[in-house]
Amino acid sequence: MKYLLMIYDEESRWASMSEAEQGEIFGEYMAFGQGIKDSGNYVGGEALEPTASATTVQVRDGKTLTTDGPFAETREQLGGYYMIEAENLDQAIEIAARIPTAREGSIEVRPILPTPAPE
Amino acid sequence: MIDFGDIFREQRPRAVATLIRLLGDFDLAEDMLQEAVTVALVQWPRDGVPSNPGAWLVSTARHKALDHLRRDKTFERKMGELEHLSTTIVTPNVDKDHGFPDDLLRLIFTCCHPALALEAQTALTLKTICGLTVDEIARAFLVRPTTMAQRLVRAKKKIRSARIPYAVPDAERLGDRLAGVLRVLYLVFNEGYAATSGDKLVRDELCIEAIRLTRLLRNLLVAESEIAGLLALMLLQDSRRSARVGVAGDLVLLEDQDRSLWNTRSINEGVALAEDALRAGGGGFYALQAAIASLHAQPARAEETDWAQIAALYDLLFRSFPSPVVALNRAVAVAMATGPEAGLFLIAELESAGELSGYYLLHSAKADLLRRLGRKREAAKAYARALELVDQDAERQFLERRLREVRSS
Repeated sequence: MKYLLMIYDEESRWASMSEAEQGEIFGEYMAFGQGIKDSGNYVGGEALEPTASATTVQVRDGKTLTTDGPFAETREQLGGYYMIEAENLDQAIEIAARIPTAREGSIEVRPILPTPAPE
Repeated sequence: MIDFGDIFREQRPRAVATLIRLLGDFDLAEDMLQEAVTVALVQWPRDGVPSNPGAWLVSTARHKALDHLRRDKTFERKMGELEHLSTTIVTPNVDKDHGFPDDLLRLIFTCCHPALALEAQTALTLKTICGLTVDEIARAFLVRPTTMAQRLVRAKKKIRSARIPYAVPDAERLGDRLAGVLRVLYLVFNEGYAATSGDKLVRDELCIEAIRLTRLLRNLLVAESEIAGLLALMLLQDSRRSARVGVAGDLVLLEDQDRSLWNTRSINEGVALAEDALRAGGGGFYALQAAIASLHAQPARAEETDWAQIAALYDLLFRSFPSPVVALNRAVAVAMATGPEAGLFLIAELESAGELSGYYLLHSAKADLLRRLGRKREAAKAYARALELVDQDAERQFLERRLREVRSS
């Protein structure tokens, strides 16, 4: 079963870190990513540019509205994600807990809706 | 005359747990078990109770599920996993003596999974394992039945869609997960015990079910001393159930209770279990509280209570599990052991820390100590503050009585 692990953190925290600190966390992420690749749980994953680069798009009455910024202003912002394959929620939680940001920020674990098999 | 209700109640937790594993669906398992019970009510009075009623119920419910599948196409769609069902349905028969002990553990750990909201864990436990109706659970928790029904639907849906496993956690996580289970069980017990509003029968039922389930859990995980501690704590508190509420529905304090109304059997069992829990190295949260409850339960008269020992145990409890509420209890024990002034000093410290300023028990404890010192005017003020914060009727009646006493004397 696939799960999306969404990584939320305060962008300002990352921005206020020294280069050495950022490097350390980057290293932890590399190790984590390699770990779930080796264990066969990795499906995909990326880091995102900060929310300052976000554009929100809505179509109403056929018109496209674009707004600068993320859909919702929140204390912690979506900063990246992993898509994993896990046996069940317990395994997904166990993997989510190993993401370095889990110590400071939050990881939202969402099951992927299974695609119905073609008739 | 055999009470079939008792048999069903006793068999239900294991039977429903095994059926959920076999059928892979909470609702289906509960519905099929209900149908099996209906059959039993016809057959058992006529043919006698089968030698293993649990196995009989499981196998009858299993066949009911297959019957439905053959007859009903929409039912089949609802089932989703037809193949899964037809293969698992021919798995070996239920063990004659023990059933599948692991199934009950699986069910308990699934109902109390931390990915579910605490109120959903509680409701699911009472509904699925104990077999309480939605109406009963709703009445116990003072919410509307529709709200409770939605809560249960949502919880079961999450178990399915997020794939919460039907499994006993591995050894590494067992301790953590068990703490969550015990919390739910104690919450159920307290909901029945602490509050005196609402339907009394349902509330008594909650205490009985919480104790029954904790007892089952203890038999399944004998090595876990915290289960013994929790069971002891529940039994010791429950032993005072009929003594703690007066004729007028008002609360009777421990020191004023008629101890002849206490249930000696529960006390004896509770004290023995509390000792077991401590001996098993249990400096755990429940083991320590059970030890304190034992010291309250044993003396024949309130004056003989060993408050010094109780204060020492609260010290231990506070060191391992610091919380303002534990600190308040410790302050009261210290007051009883060495005098009200010492207790008031500790309460003043707590008050200045601010965390408990909205907690009525802090103000009622303070009021009580001031009353004992004869400082009536201050006591009245503290009782009045406690009354502003209290929301339980029996407690309110008690505080109002005390307030009248200090004002009039």
